[in-house]
Amino acid sequence: MPDAPGLELIRGEIEGDHPGAVLETSFDRDQAALIVEPGQLLEVLSWLRDAPGHGYRFLSSLHAADYLPAEPRFGIHYELLNRNRAERIRVKAMLGDPPSGELPQIDSCVELFPTAEFQEREAFDFFGIVFRGHPELTRILLPDDYVGWPQRRDFPLGGEPVTFTYNEHADG
Amino acid sequence: MVETLAEDITTEVMTVNIGPHHPATHGVLRLIVDLEGEVVREVKPVVGYVHTGIEKSCENQSYWKVIPFVERMDYVSYFFQMEAFCGAVERLVELEIPPRARYLRTIFLELNRIHSHLVWLGTTALDLGAISMLWYCFRERDRILDLFEMATGQRMHTRYFQVGGVIEDIPLGFEAKLREFIAEMPVRVEQYEALLDRNEIFLSRTKGIGIVSRERLLELGVTGPLLRAAGEPWDLRKVFDYLAYPEMDFKIPVGTVGDGYDRYRVRLAEMVESVRIVEQALDGLPEGPYIADDRKYVLPPRSELPVSMESLIHHFKLVTEGYRVGPGEIYYSIESPRGELGCFLLADGSAKPARVHFRDPSFVNLQAFRDMSVGGYVADMIASLGMLDPILGGVDR
Repeated sequence: MPDAPGLELIRGEIEGDHPGAVLETSFDRDQAALIVEPGQLLEVLSWLRDAPGHGYRFLSSLHAADYLPAEPRFGIHYELLNRNRAERIRVKAMLGDPPSGELPQIDSCVELFPTAEFQEREAFDFFGIVFRGHPELTRILLPDDYVGWPQRRDFPLGGEPVTFTYNEHADG
Repeated sequence: MVETLAEDITTEVMTVNIGPHHPATHGVLRLIVDLEGEVVREVKPVVGYVHTGIEKSCENQSYWKVIPFVERMDYVSYFFQMEAFCGAVERLVELEIPPRARYLRTIFLELNRIHSHLVWLGTTALDLGAISMLWYCFRERDRILDLFEMATGQRMHTRYFQVGGVIEDIPLGFEAKLREFIAEMPVRVEQYEALLDRNEIFLSRTKGIGIVSRERLLELGVTGPLLRAAGEPWDLRKVFDYLAYPEMDFKIPVGTVGDGYDRYRVRLAEMVESVRIVEQALDGLPEGPYIADDRKYVLPPRSELPVSMESLIHHFKLVTEGYRVGPGEIYYSIESPRGELGCFLLADGSAKPARVHFRDPSFVNLQAFRDMSVGGYVADMIASLGMLDPILGGVDR
């Protein structure tokens, strides 16, 4: 992990190349995170990947989380890893809930990190987050005809029809 | 006439569906394969057949009740799932676990790694025609399960790791039984080698098969034995400081070309290294408590309940409500038998997690399957899948 001053240095360097890209930093429980402007996500990711002296070239994990009732409510997390220095940094893009019927959108990072392909599909599958430019953005774990985004916090647990209705009548 | 027909068979691209219920797919995996004759031109894995919404279910359980859920994701490496989750909670609440618990966890994780590799070796060798391997591997696997049963009461899904340590100390006689096992295991590994390393069929079906370059594997996020077989000495046990690994002396086996044979060699060598770790951890097992003494997170000992009112209150509150975890988020990763297993945990201050996400190594590694199989024969695709070692319970969660 970069330490807290190290994180501020990284932020300063990114600010120099891409003004306004980093909105905030957080250093919590020894984990460093950059909260970025979603529109400039790819610039920050490719900077962290390619800038000399940094080289966060390995994307360990990409996942989404729903921070309801906070606004903006969706967080997309990119756990980057510098394998030479054994340092992790988290890049976080926060997305608001657009007006009804639309899905939140963010740029896909598959071009930068091919490993993101399945993981972006997973985030789309469970949170309904659209990754612009993803080669094949379809549901991955749920059936293709599934309706709804089940990992959102306002999606109820249970209450959906069960596929197997063997003893439906017996139970009344 | 016959000639033109024969030509058509070899040039026409045919789409074949393999699975989801097929013994060679090691679980419920479906492959949509485009074949030109016997040559694979395109392959698309379709997953999700055993998706049970574990991550969503976890959001509705208090923290201590999540442990049995996450164990059932990757059902072959359940101790690793527990460690990823418990370690993440411990880091969120900043709870230090006692040295004895660190060592006990290391012992069980490494036994689980041997167990997982044995399941892999038995089933993969079975796919490649070496049928008797399954019985030899499962014989040793059963001894590990006996050890698990002796210490934890369960053979699989043991719920042994708790936030703060482990649920119980190892019983009398466990050490002797474990020492007997670790004395024997390296000999067994040599026997597996003797069975497979001179097996002409096994060699010709693994050597030079499924090669993907190291750079490409890294791009695809592949970790674990697959990456090490391609020559990259990357192991989270060495890189990050967790449990008793910094105090252990062990090597990271690496391969050279990264074909199926290298993957097999790396996993066999890892079993021997795991035996060494278990032995060192057993020799250096510190005395003292096996679980932290923080009553806000850890159940009080059973013996205190009839005599101490305060313990009774703690016990009642922990079991009914569970403990609250202050707002925060954490990503904790460990080296599982298949690669980097990460647990992302988001806490909102209540007694239930707001998000539990597992970065499952099988799920990510499966993306390399296309690179391994396209351009080769369909039979080699099955060999590559075996060498990839995906556990579909972990992929689908």
